[in-house]
Amino acid sequence: MANMAQAIRMALHYAETHLGVTDIFGEDVGAPLGGVFTCTQGLKTTWNSPLDERGIIGAAMGIAMGGGRPVAEIQFCDYVYNTIDLLKLAGNTCWSSNGDWNLPMVVRTPVGSGIRGSIYHSHSFDATMTHIPGWKVVMPSNPLDAYGLLISACKEQNPVMYLEPKALLRVKGEERIPGEPDDDRTLSKLIDAPLGDRSQWKPQWPEALEAFAVPIGKGKLVREGHQVTVVSYGRTLPLCARAAATLADEGISVEVIDLRSLWPYDWDMMKASIQKTGRVLFVNEDTEVTNFGEHLVRRTVDELFYSLLAPPRLLAGKFVPGIGLADTLEMASVPQQNDITTALRALAGEQP
Amino acid sequence: MSRPRLIKESSAPLPLDRELLVRIHDLMVKTRVLEERLIQMYKQGHGYFWIGGPGEEAFNVPLGLLMKKGQGPEYDFLHAHYRQSGTLLALGEEPIGALRQMKNTASDPYSGGRNFAGHFSLRKYNVAPVSSPIEVQYSIAPGTAMVQKRVGGDGITIVTGGDAGTAEGDFATCLVWSSRPANPLPVLIIVTNNKWGISTSAEGQHGEPRVSERGKAFNIRSKTINGNDPVESYLELKEAMEYVRKERRPFLLEANVSRLYGHSSASGANYVTEEVDCLKDFEKRLEQDGVLTRQQMDDLRNRYTEDMAAAARIARDEPLPEPESIWKHIFAEDK
Repeated sequence: MANMAQAIRMALHYAETHLGVTDIFGEDVGAPLGGVFTCTQGLKTTWNSPLDERGIIGAAMGIAMGGGRPVAEIQFCDYVYNTIDLLKLAGNTCWSSNGDWNLPMVVRTPVGSGIRGSIYHSHSFDATMTHIPGWKVVMPSNPLDAYGLLISACKEQNPVMYLEPKALLRVKGEERIPGEPDDDRTLSKLIDAPLGDRSQWKPQWPEALEAFAVPIGKGKLVREGHQVTVVSYGRTLPLCARAAATLADEGISVEVIDLRSLWPYDWDMMKASIQKTGRVLFVNEDTEVTNFGEHLVRRTVDELFYSLLAPPRLLAGKFVPGIGLADTLEMASVPQQNDITTALRALAGEQP
Repeated sequence: MSRPRLIKESSAPLPLDRELLVRIHDLMVKTRVLEERLIQMYKQGHGYFWIGGPGEEAFNVPLGLLMKKGQGPEYDFLHAHYRQSGTLLALGEEPIGALRQMKNTASDPYSGGRNFAGHFSLRKYNVAPVSSPIEVQYSIAPGTAMVQKRVGGDGITIVTGGDAGTAEGDFATCLVWSSRPANPLPVLIIVTNNKWGISTSAEGQHGEPRVSERGKAFNIRSKTINGNDPVESYLELKEAMEYVRKERRPFLLEANVSRLYGHSSASGANYVTEEVDCLKDFEKRLEQDGVLTRQQMDDLRNRYTEDMAAAARIARDEPLPEPESIWKHIFAEDK
């Protein structure tokens, strides 16, 4: 099975050959590197930009205005912060021009902890990004969704922020992307650039790749359960799924929802689940103050208060200025497997 | 770099056709009267904030006249700032649109009552939405130019901003991205230099003698011109645009202009007598050369003043947007 980086690459290949993507660009996105996480190796419309994030977002906006379809990359989300006003502008361009202009553009950026990235390569961006209206925001937790969400993003008429959980970029999927070869080694031989001299290398893209699209705004019911609901996305989703499996052995039934799209999000799916279980835990790794999960907690209280058997909970990153390099510091800063299992166990046992 | 121009001799005849001179003058008067009406509307409480460009007509009108007008990459793109009503009127816009924007009516053609005066958006003529944060347009402009270069043809991207905003990184972004050896771009980078950033004079903030000299470091052809002279502006813009159209490379043009009513309503919006008034100077020369009489010019101004007052009355009585319309156009599909 493809890993997430390969899935992203195959989706971009599909998008530039079938969906009209004209420019895939950013720092080190083009040859020879093809992205620091290898997500853009071998693609035909890639090019290397100056080391200038404002230029990257601005150029993407201009290309979209001009009639192109750009997919821009910010190397780490930690560096997208100096483009915040441009992101705001991209988000309000359709609205402020009363529908005169719209920007079909995608921005991809790796987010979150898990690669021992220290203070400037571990940040999350979901809380900040969901605070900027006018964007659609997605974040896959597995290669198939990574492929399908990117296909949808590249069909959009609006700006889409595509957040890549960097801890999962090398994790192989459990489901096959429609059209990928049966065997991992074959896939790697076809589309992974060799180490060393790549000047003569060209990828051989699987010909059977399909326009498999995950609709933006639709969550995924990862595991059914009836005692407690856990809602997550990105790096913490697989941890939640494992926690649910562990707790099943203890006789606790956990329903797991992968939100996939943060804006717009699948409230119907969450609502149905919370009404069924009466208990909900939201999990992400962004800092916990003014966290996107806090919004979900608020909406749960507003709309589902009388269905609840316990207060809705949020498990998120600690409100500290950064993630320290030492293993102990990183582990203490963002939710880990044990934190999630413990929180779910406690919530399941909480009585009104 | 370019030949000296005889127009600088005040005794020399004006080197443009009479018809063009009259057209430029007409649009300059129309623009000035529009801006004065906008200021009046603000002062009468028919708008919350005024910002505009009286004093820049001599540059902005020729710019609009010279643009290749249309929609899509085959035509020119304009990434404007909020002092360019003259350019919009020269593109053929009617002044009532700006008045409607000042009054925030639902009929405001540029933002539906959502944005300030002078914040135009006109997709049919490739005028990108004007943004209040100064200079972001300099980061966006290379994008449209990239598409234009790829599409072919002679469409160019024009980006304008003020001298104060050149302190922002976006201006450097524009210089860097337009002149990349990997892909030089057809961008006419314009700075209208009025020597002020709100209340702060350029003298205290800018060490470079001329903004245009910053182009040299990037091997970008550049020039500083007198933006208060519509004839010089027209000829220099024409030459710069022809270069960008043909060579598909950037050009940095700095136009020295006046700021006749201050920065905005925030600084009073009162006429500043010590600044050069490009319209008065131009009218003197038109009269001197026998192109137009004082009477003709006075009649024109009076006519526009009446037209503008009538248009303002229309705008004043039009409804504001419906409250529930806030949900429209957040996304392209929210029609």
